[in-house]
Parts: sequence; C-alpha cells; structure tokens
Amino acid sequence: MSTLTALKDVTFERNLSFRKLKGKIFEILAFFAILLGIAMLLTLLVDVFLDGLPWLSTRLFTEFPSRFPEKAGLRSALQGSIWLMFLTALMAIPVGVGAGIYLEEFAPQNRITRFIEINVANLAGVPSIIYGLLGLGLFVRQLGLGRTLIAGAMTMALLVLPIIIVTTREAIRAVPNSIRQAALAIGATDWEVSRDHVLVYSAPAILTGVILAMSRAIGETAPLITIGALTYIAFDPKGPFDIFTVLPIQIFNWVSLPQPAFHGLAAAGIIILLIVLLSMNALAIWLRNRLTIHW
Amino acid sequence: MTTTIHSLNPQNHLKRDRERKIVRALTFIFALVSVGTTAGIIYELLKETVLFFQEVSIIEFFTDTRWTPLFASKRFGVLPLVNGTLLVAAGAMLVAVPLGLLAAIFLSEYASERMRKVLKPILEVLAGIPTVVYGYFALLFITPILRDLFPETQIFNAASASIAMGFMILPLMASVSEDALSAVPRSLREASYALGATKFETAVQVVLPAALSGVAAAFILAVSRAIGETMIVAIAAGQQPKLTLNPLQSIETMTAYIVQVSLGDTPHQSIAYKTIFAVGMLLFAMTLVMNIISYFITKRFREKYE
Amino acid sequence: MDNNHNTVLETKNLNIYYGDFLAIKDVNFKVFRHQITAIIGPSGCGKSTLLRSFNRMNELVPSARSEGKILFNGEDIYDPSIDPVEVRRRIGMVFQKPNPFPKSIYENIAWGLKINGFRGSKSELDDLVEQALRGAALWDEVKDKLDQSGLSLSGGQQQRLCIARAIAIKPEVILMDEPASALDPIATLKIEDLMRELKENYTIVIVTHNMQEAARVSDYTAMMMLTGDEERSGTVIEFDQTNVIFTRPKDKRTEDYITGRFG
Ligand SMILES: Nc1ncnc2c1ncn2[C@@H]1O[C@H](COP(=O)(O)OP(=O)(O)OP(=O)(O)O)[C@@H](O)[C@H]1O
Ligand SMILES: [Mg+2]
Repeated sequence: MSTLTALKDVTFERNLSFRKLKGKIFEILAFFAILLGIAMLLTLLVDVFLDGLPWLSTRLFTEFPSRFPEKAGLRSALQGSIWLMFLTALMAIPVGVGAGIYLEEFAPQNRITRFIEINVANLAGVPSIIYGLLGLGLFVRQLGLGRTLIAGAMTMALLVLPIIIVTTREAIRAVPNSIRQAALAIGATDWEVSRDHVLVYSAPAILTGVILAMSRAIGETAPLITIGALTYIAFDPKGPFDIFTVLPIQIFNWVSLPQPAFHGLAAAGIIILLIVLLSMNALAIWLRNRLTIHW
Repeated sequence: MTTTIHSLNPQNHLKRDRERKIVRALTFIFALVSVGTTAGIIYELLKETVLFFQEVSIIEFFTDTRWTPLFASKRFGVLPLVNGTLLVAAGAMLVAVPLGLLAAIFLSEYASERMRKVLKPILEVLAGIPTVVYGYFALLFITPILRDLFPETQIFNAASASIAMGFMILPLMASVSEDALSAVPRSLREASYALGATKFETAVQVVLPAALSGVAAAFILAVSRAIGETMIVAIAAGQQPKLTLNPLQSIETMTAYIVQVSLGDTPHQSIAYKTIFAVGMLLFAMTLVMNIISYFITKRFREKYE
Repeated sequence: MDNNHNTVLETKNLNIYYGDFLAIKDVNFKVFRHQITAIIGPSGCGKSTLLRSFNRMNELVPSARSEGKILFNGEDIYDPSIDPVEVRRRIGMVFQKPNPFPKSIYENIAWGLKINGFRGSKSELDDLVEQALRGAALWDEVKDKLDQSGLSLSGGQQQRLCIARAIAIKPEVILMDEPASALDPIATLKIEDLMRELKENYTIVIVTHNMQEAARVSDYTAMMMLTGDEERSGTVIEFDQTNVIFTRPKDKRTEDYITGRFG
C-alpha cells in the first residue's frame, strides 16, 4: 500500500504537470495556426486597401480601360460582370435547383441515381480551368458562339452547377420528413409536396447557397481567360452575343503590367470586387439567420 | 356515400398527374446535365489530345525535358510543367497541412462553441477570396519580402505563389479535417480520458489516429486543389517551364501554361491550341484520380463511424 | 358481426416485407363503416405498418413491399391501375406527432382542398375551412387568428389542426397512429371526444398503446402479436367487438396482454 502511494507520488504526479504543460503549449500553438490565417487575411486586406485607396474614384465606373492609368476605368468590366452573372444565374439556378430536387425528392435508389451523384461530387473537384477548356472546345468552337457573353455564361453555369446542386440538396434535407408525409397523406403528388412545401420552406437556405455559388462565379477568372474573354474592351456590352471582359480579368490584366500605377488600379478593382463579394456574403448570412424556419 | 376511387374528379387528377410527370422528367434531365458535363469535358479534351498525339509522340511528351511549343524549335516534354506544378503544390502543402491540421484540432477539440462560431466564418472568408486577389498579394506583397530575405529570388518565383496558395487552401484543409475529427465518436474520447490521458494526449494520440483516413482525404483534396489552381501561379510564378526544385526561381505550371496560350491569339488548328488540351487532359486525369481516391476514403471513413 | 355493418376496408392475406424481413404476415380483418376500430398490440408487432398500408403510405419506404389485397369499398387499392394519390385523398391520416405545415392555420386546411381540385369562390373556401375547424373542435380557439402559423398552436391544438386538415377533404376513413401519445391527459380526452363525434360521418382506425383509450373509444378491436417460428412477424391474432375483446377474449395471449396492462 505504502509503496503504491509512493510510486504514484514520485512518477505520476510530477509527470502530470509536465504533460499538462505540453498540452497547454500545443493548444496555444494550434490557436496560433488559426491566428496566422486570420493575420494573413488582415495583411492582405490592409495591403490591398493601402495600394488601391488612392486610385479609387468614380472614374473607375465611367471610364473604359486605357493605356494611361489616370484615364483607365472598369466600366466595360463591371458591365461584363453584371451581364455574365445575370446570364449565369438564369441558366444555373433552375437547372441546379431542379437537379437538387430530383436527386433529393424524386430519384429512385438505383444505379443511375448513384452514378449522377458520384458525377456531381466529382465535378465539384474539377479545376475551374478545365471548365474553361470545355467552354472553349464546346461553346466557343463547336457551337460557334465565339468569345461571347453567352459562351462565358454557359461555361460559368456548368462550373457553379455542382455547388448549387449540393447546397440545394442540403437545404431540402433540412425539411423534416413528417411534413412530406402530412402532405402526401392528404392526397398530394410528390411534385405538389415539393412545390408547395419542401421548396417553400427551404427557399431561404437554397437562396443562401445560390448567392454563395454566384459569389464564387463573380471572382472566377481562369475559365473565362481560357474561352478567350478579352482584356481590352472599350464599349458597353449590349447583349448575350457581344464579346466581353469581366472585373477579375481586368484586375489580372493590370497586375500583369509592369507599371506600378496599374498595380494601384488593380488594387482599386480588387477593393470593388471584395466589397461586392462581402455584401453578397453578408446577404447570404442574413438570409440564413432571418428567414430559416426553426423546426 | 360509397364512392369508388375511380369515380372521383378524374379530370383534375389527370392534369395533376401530367404536371407531375413533366416536372419529374424535366428535373431528371437537369440532373443529367452533370453527367453531360463530365462527358463533354472528357470528349473535348480527348478529341484535341488525340490530334495532338498524331503530331507529337507520346514518349516525347512524357520523357523530353524541354517544353517550348511556342518557340521556333518546338519541344514537347511536359515534365517541366509537371515539375513546376508539383513544386508549387508541395510548397503550398507545406503551409496548408500543418496550419490546417492544427486549426482543425483546435476547432474540434479545444474551441468553445462560441469561438467556433466566430472563427469558422473568418476562415471561410479566407477561402472565398478570389484567386486573382491572392495572385496580386503573392506578386506585390510576398515576393518583395522574399527578395529582401533572399536576394537571389527572381521576380516571378514558385515560393510566393506557394505561400499565397497555402493560405488559400488552409480553410479547405481545416474544415475537411475538422469534419473528420468531429466524426470520431465521443465514447472514444471518454475512454481515453478515463485512462487518465490529458486533452492533448487524447487529441493527438487517440482522436487524430482515429480520424486519420478522413484527414488523408482532406490532404488529397487539398493537393488536387493546389494542382488545379490557376490565377495565383499565372500571376506570380512565371512562364519559364524548367526542371528545378529551387522555389526561388521562375517556373511554369500546367495551368499557367494554358492561361499563357489562351491570352495569345492562337489559331484553332495550330499545335499550340492542341497543346493546351493535352496539358488539360493530363491535369484533369491527375485531379480526377485524386478526387476519386479522396471520395472513397471519405466514404469508407464515414461508414466506419455511422 | 358482419351483418350489422357494411365493410369499408378489408385485408386479404396481407403480407408486408421490409426487404427480406416479413414485418406483418397473413393479416385478415375488416373495418366497418362509421365505427372506430382500434389496433392494439406490443411494440414492434406491425401496427403502424398495417395502418400505413391502408393509405399506401407504407410504399414510400423504399424497401417496403406487400402481398395480398386490401379492398376499399370492394376495390383493391393495390391494383396497378390505382394511383396512391387518389387512395390517400379518400383515406386520410393523422400522425403520432402533430405535423402542421409551417403555414397559416387557414392555409393548413385550404391547401388540401386546393390541390384536390377545389375550384369554388373564396367565401366557399372560407366556409369549408370553418367547417373543418369546427369539425375538429378547434374553431372557437383559433377563429381570431387564422393567419397565424400552425406551429404557434399548442401540441393538442396542433393535433386537432391536423385532424381538421384531414377531414377538410372529406375522406371516408381516417387513420390515426397513436394520435394522443404526444399529448397531455386533457388534450387526450379532447381528442377522444372528438373521435366519438367524428364517428357520425367518418370511419376511424386508430392505433393505440393505451388500453383504456381503446376500451373507451373503439367499437371494434384488433389484437396484433408477433408470431411465426422466430416470433418476428406480426399478425392479427384476434378481432372482435371491443367489449368482447376486453371482457372475454378467446385467445390466451390477448387476455395476457390486456390483463397485464390493466394490472
Ligand atoms: N422503414 C422501415 N424499414 C425497415 N423495417 C421497418 C421499418 N418500419 C418498421 N420496420 C420494422 O417492422 C416491424 C413493425 O414495425 P411497426 O412500426 O409497424 O411496429 P409498431 O407495432 O407500430 O410498433 P410501435 O408500437 O413501437 O409503434 C418492426 O420490426 C420494425 O423494426
Ligand atoms: Mg407504431
């Protein structure tokens, strides 16, 4: 008995405080890892703001790109981005939400369904530039659409489709089954259940996912460069069959130029891009918190 | 009172049934769009790749050590591009894996619910920043610092792209790993605590090994993301395909090459046009294999704990 | 006993499987018009499975499969030519846990009417909603707040709203799966009173674990038990008028179950 107590005192107790110390150090280290990520984010934001603030002016909204930094603006890029988002949303939202409904509410449990599901999961991991090659080969060349907004929007729609499908499915899954049963039991068809209940109650969450998907699309650059969106456009795009540029491509173009003045313009463009993105994110979070039904 | 089922309002019923069938068919077609996309990608890549290999031998493609399809003396060895891609990806992993894993352990094992609610959205913002912005940051903020520290650093270099990419991928690594750690059942942690283990010992010696396959899936996913990343490397890493392991040098990745060609005015039938599809095919194949491995690891992992 | 009443529902050699598992086996029994039929039996013997097969809700379970017949007014509801949607419109259901839609009280009731082809005026619709709510003894409590969410009601009110929703489309039969088990005793008594009233116009089948409840409200009782070699499949072992089942059951197992419960 006494030896056991002695053993405990000597080897275990002292050891424990050391072990606890190790744990504390690790905890601090782990927390530091997150802090480092946050610090990087802040550094990036501060750096961009310091670089871009002097160049931020209304001229950016009214002027076309130019060889002279003092005269250069984002007019065609901003309009191109708005057009592109509009056309992308027009195609991606119905198809993505529809596919999500199908997979969650209608699909039989069979091989075809599983195949589609694996497909969606895989597409979410395909690099965006590959979508660009698809768009180049299929929409620009094969369908002969050229380097137009519509070709860009179709490419972008395919790119965000998996995101919309996945978030739609998650949103739909949150609607309790008892609601579906209740509706079916008064003689509704499965489509009526989806139309009047499932979709209605999951709409805020679906919308949140759609906004996040569109905010991904707004910042995408690589696939649009691949399909040949231009960097220099000095007119307002008038319709889906016009050639175009977008905000991130214009930013890329300015970063690539050697003169520091253009880097300032790029930073100013980034500020605008980030403000748009943050507003979209804030809207998504607001929707999620405000309109979601708590079952 | 004894109406039979058939005698009821058949008109209404027919209409509803038709609507239901139309919607089902339509949404099924929508779901098939994803299959069509995969098929389209494979078809387009394969088509041009086959044309490419009619002009260039597949052996040269995989063994030649020079990549100069845009020059007068054309060489078609993809290895320098693969080298550049892997070099940048490896550097990014060096940043993303330790930080992401530590962040994941902190979030799943140490952070209070309130802390998690604050920290996770911040990390999500990090992931939501467009890659062109990271490219800007790499070229105009990280590179100057690197050049101060190591004067031999070239203006365009793999290291700055790696660092920026590492932070871009950190949230992915952290959130997928955290999912894996959180999926480890509480009972396992309790068993460890009951043996007198500290929180640290439980987290690192019990929870982490139990979640290892999930963490491995996160790692593979992160590598696949790094390999496919385009804008950061197109802006910051340069356009010089070379076989080097020196991260301070200018290199070129597969994705940056595709951008380089796309920016020029490449005629449709030219060999340069075909090269981007051949390179794209290789890139697609590499990421596809990794995504599939990660998918199955995750699936097995989930089955284990559900 | 067949002579006094006419039959609404009748099962013939009904087997229901979940995958390979035979959940209920060889069930033969009848539901009589304007009577309350209780289904009792130990947990897991297949009461819910049987009840849900009457309005073809059970086939929504992907692994579920059935053999045999269920006749509704003499017609086999599992006949390939029959759409389950029509079956469910004729045979309503009230669930164990109240599940109102997160819509207004009014919409909760009006929706079933609309999808089932109601084409009348707004005032006619108002009348039908009021009728249904009165029928479920809920009108006086909610008449001033019809546009409030159905979820804002108490549990007992929610369950009566679900009953109102079911009767609004005038089904012939209402199936109830332990409708009072999530409610307090007072709300339970209200639901029981309501069932007695509804019996005038509807046929009711109720699953319950509460022997007193079965004895109080039902006219007929079906006793289910697990049977078979490994005692895994449930079946109806005795079916008779409730007072017969509760006073002089023919089957020893029924007697044991009932007296066990009564203590
Ligand atoms: N969706 C399902 N999938 C597989 N098996 C099921 C399913 N639903 C029920 N079962 C099985 O069928 C049998 C009968 O279940 P059922 O729910 O009908 O019993 P019950 O008599 O209603 O029980 P309780 O009184 O507990 O509600 C049980 O063994 C159950 O495990
Ligand atoms: Mg039950």
